[in-house]
Amino acid sequence: MKHRLQFTAKKLLRMALLLLGVSFASFLLMCASPLDPLQTNVGQTALGSMSREQVEKLEEYWGVDAPPAERYLGWLKDVLHGDFGVSLLYRQPVLEVIGQRLANSVWLLLAAWIISGVLGLALGAAAGAFRGRWPDRLIRGYCLLISSTPAFWLAILLLLVFSVWLGWLPVGLSVPAGVDAAAVTLADRLRHAVLPALTLSITGVANIALHTREKMADVMESDYVLFARARGESERSILLRHGLRNVALPAVTLQFASISEVIGGSVLVEQVFSYPGLGQAAVTAGLGSDLPLLLGITVITSAIVFGGNLAADLLYGAVDPKIRRRAAGR
Amino acid sequence: MRGEKQYSENRRQSTILFLIAAAVILAAVTVSGILLEERGMETDFSRTNLIPSVQYLFGTDWMGRDMLARTLAGLSLSIRIGLLTAVVSAGTALVLGTAAAVLGKKADAVISWCIDLVMGIPHILLVMLISIACGRGFAGVVAGVSLSHWPSLARVIRGEVLQLKSAPYILAAEKLGVSRFDIIRRHMAPHILPQFLTGMILLFPHAILHEASVTFLGFGLSSEQPAIGVILSESMRYLTTGKWWLALFPGLALVLTVILFAMLGERLRRLLDPASAHE
Repeated sequence: MKHRLQFTAKKLLRMALLLLGVSFASFLLMCASPLDPLQTNVGQTALGSMSREQVEKLEEYWGVDAPPAERYLGWLKDVLHGDFGVSLLYRQPVLEVIGQRLANSVWLLLAAWIISGVLGLALGAAAGAFRGRWPDRLIRGYCLLISSTPAFWLAILLLLVFSVWLGWLPVGLSVPAGVDAAAVTLADRLRHAVLPALTLSITGVANIALHTREKMADVMESDYVLFARARGESERSILLRHGLRNVALPAVTLQFASISEVIGGSVLVEQVFSYPGLGQAAVTAGLGSDLPLLLGITVITSAIVFGGNLAADLLYGAVDPKIRRRAAGR
Repeated sequence: MRGEKQYSENRRQSTILFLIAAAVILAAVTVSGILLEERGMETDFSRTNLIPSVQYLFGTDWMGRDMLARTLAGLSLSIRIGLLTAVVSAGTALVLGTAAAVLGKKADAVISWCIDLVMGIPHILLVMLISIACGRGFAGVVAGVSLSHWPSLARVIRGEVLQLKSAPYILAAEKLGVSRFDIIRRHMAPHILPQFLTGMILLFPHAILHEASVTFLGFGLSSEQPAIGVILSESMRYLTTGKWWLALFPGLALVLTVILFAMLGERLRRLLDPASAHE
């Protein structure tokens, strides 16, 4: 137990350091930008017609004149007190904006994450078990096709087929347009989330399936599977008792490593479906040079990714009897 | 047994044939795209919104621009950017991966930390951030894609070099007094190079896809350039009015190009990897 606590504490420390690095790197990148937030958001003509004082006020609001080092330290101090600053575009606290957006995105992300994980594991295991035969070829072909398809184009295609052509599903947004917020039903929300979630699930499968396939194929060629066959075990029982159990460990890693991919994909997919989630907010913040918001989103998504890695490391101990026993032996 | 041998010879030959064919196709697309760039920008309001026909295979858009020419120009641009960024990121990966393995514990810790850092930010966000730092546009895309794709290859190279350093034949060569440079040239390079090359080619698909993605989001190439990302983001405005060909064909062409690159890399890996070269 003590060993596990130490392990967790060490990982947490490393995670905090990495997050510090992420925030510093993204801050530097945004500060280095030659894009003038005043030009992009207020516009050349409007700026020209303003008085000197007004321009100065705006410059202060967008934080153009303060030295970067001072701004970063100020930002960091506030963050440690739980204040991520105020979004310049939405004029709301960053945490509030992120909270609202994340509430919209979280079901989308979660559904896509689980579906792609389960489907990827099943397809990968099947391909590995039938290595070289037609199910394997089919699944490998599918993976190659999907991993070569940009997520946003797949989203456009699905939109074309299901919304424009067949007219089954709405074209975009997360709720029907022009309907009072109180009148929106759960079914409405679900109908709007189907296509984005479907796109994300389809694209997420490829990587997990290919890696699981490799592992499964290795297992099926191992000595213990040969011995199990010689003992007369059925193919089914070999798959379930030797194959899947040995594939489970890398599957856990893959599943948690795919969080970053799902979030990245959601940026593109939400943009296509005008889905008001975290990804869309990131694009808006980036295009509008909204430094506090983009910084907040980057840090929080990275925290989710690192948290996923940590969870995978901890689950390893629970899933793998070898690690469990070694930890107990100390 | 003899039948199998026959088969393997054919497979090696067919792989080489495939490699040549794929390279020729990709080169042809690149060159034709450069030549057609002018035509892709040409507007002609007497032929707007034409459905794909024999004369305009991919149709025309709302400004009467030939979508086939635009698509080819966009693909060509994507391939050139993909080549550039893949070479830069593979180079970075080689240098950092080797440095981590060779320069001692501290350098290793720093570089591994950087790898974790870059991998912790979702890819597309990182490309966006770097692109913003470079003021978007061509420079933004190239910097963004090349500076975000090196970590995984760097990790592979680091592992390989670490393993090689303690391999018996390298240790034996050291004991025999072979100079460091000779060890690197004669013993290490032949082992690392094939992995590095295939790693680089397998970076192309990712690089091209990410270039198209950030351009689509508006952080990449400017909207005057006929890039695939620009074409697709413009097509979004005309989807609901049923102009399906604006999105379908350019995207399909992009997917085919990426698949070709991915297969090229995969086949090359199988050919260069001693474990599978004679299958």
